[in-house]
Amino acid sequence: MTEKAIRDSFPDAVVETTDVFGIPNIKITPASLLAVCEMLHANPEMAFDYLADITAIDWQDRIEVVYQLTNLAKNVKVALRVDLDRETPELDSVTSVWKGANYQEREVFDLMGVVFKGHPDLRRILLPEDWEGYPLRKDYVIPD
Amino acid sequence: MSSRIRTDLIEINMGPQHPSTHGVLRLGVTLDGEVVVECQPDVGYLHRGIEKLAEMRTWIQFIPITDRLDYLASMLGNAAYVGAIEKLGQIEVPERAEYIRIIMMELQRVASHLVFFGTMALDLGATTPFLYSFREREDVLDLFEMVCGARLTYNYFRPGGVSRDLPAGFYAEAKAYIKKQREKLPEYDDLFTNNQIFIARTRNVGIISAEDAVNYSLSGPSLRGSGVSYDVRTADPYSIYDKFDWQVITYPVGDVMSRFMVRTMEIRQSLNIVEQALDAIPEGELKCKTPPRFKVPAGEVYHHIESARGDLGVYLVSDGGEKPYRMKWRAPSFINLGALNSMVKGWKVADVVAILGSLDVVLGEVDR
Repeated sequence: MTEKAIRDSFPDAVVETTDVFGIPNIKITPASLLAVCEMLHANPEMAFDYLADITAIDWQDRIEVVYQLTNLAKNVKVALRVDLDRETPELDSVTSVWKGANYQEREVFDLMGVVFKGHPDLRRILLPEDWEGYPLRKDYVIPD
Repeated sequence: MSSRIRTDLIEINMGPQHPSTHGVLRLGVTLDGEVVVECQPDVGYLHRGIEKLAEMRTWIQFIPITDRLDYLASMLGNAAYVGAIEKLGQIEVPERAEYIRIIMMELQRVASHLVFFGTMALDLGATTPFLYSFREREDVLDLFEMVCGARLTYNYFRPGGVSRDLPAGFYAEAKAYIKKQREKLPEYDDLFTNNQIFIARTRNVGIISAEDAVNYSLSGPSLRGSGVSYDVRTADPYSIYDKFDWQVITYPVGDVMSRFMVRTMEIRQSLNIVEQALDAIPEGELKCKTPPRFKVPAGEVYHHIESARGDLGVYLVSDGGEKPYRMKWRAPSFINLGALNSMVKGWKVADVVAILGSLDVVLGEVDR
């Protein structure tokens, strides 16, 4: 149902949908992310008001960012997935939709090096400001 | 006389060494006189890189590290982690083990909320309630010590069950504890909850609306204190919580007092669950058989539970090997702390301590 709503509004956005233990995981194009999130939040039929989690996975040929969304009133869940180029991982920030994205995007930036465009305060959060590299990348060399 | 007094904004540091920060947390607070204009938490002092460490350890070797995230509720860290493995590996847990887990998880929630009660009082300048609640928490730690030998870092849950059985005498000790704790709770209220100073410091202070609380992804008692009835135990049921008679506690106002009340009432609910579980626990296996070289099938899963601080999530990616390919922890303390700036703006500097205390963050979990 969520996938259909996205397809109706953004015919070219959906890449594929998989089922991960009962939660539809919808892969969409990076360019459509912010518009899809705005629709999923604002559309009264969808009303995904709760951003549970943002994480990123380094698949070595790409970086994948995963958003876990929940509609609290209806208790419906969905995950959005976006594939990014590993050399220049850039994505629109969703802080304008969910304020809770602020810290979570900073964490993904800090540890995985994904740049969130339009983030109000994109700084490292867990590591020191002068830290070099992104530790959760698979090719990160652990300093002695 | 001029009606305008020129004032400069001043910046002060609260922490990183400050008792009311409950750990190593620095708040960069900008003040206009006594009023907070801006409050930027600076975290990461305890960052140990556990998500990277996980990629270098076997699935089983990582269980003790889950004790060291939210170190006031280690059993719940254990539970979130093995729950994710069991979901991904489709591992069945014997019924007796599920009951033991429920008893441990809910006793842990009580112990954690007792720490909250004591430290909240301490933050507001009342030292005696801390001694009361830590006295009773000691009994819970004694129960844990009986079961697994440890008082803080338990390493007790295993994929498919728990590491050892409840010892002889546990049932009677646990029952005696529940009785005692129920008798003591009204004493806490007489001493502290109904205290005029406490009420003045917390009622209508640091209000966050339900809409904002959801938008900031708050969870746990901090969300339910704004009247949002969201508890992972009922919203996304795991383990055997559906077998017990209990209620999700919410308070409508969204102030420090509401968040405080949610936790103190949850202690009572958790005691009810433990009591029912103790009475209904069946005999049987403690752990299903797992191979010595434990592997998890390739795939990924997002599993979450209701920890003492909120929605504790674990995201696992396995390539089918002996070690995780990627592990991410959705730490409720970290995300709850993200709302602090908006909650303290416009309040006095003394209220910062009350509002931060009401979020009940644990820095081990914030920094990971």
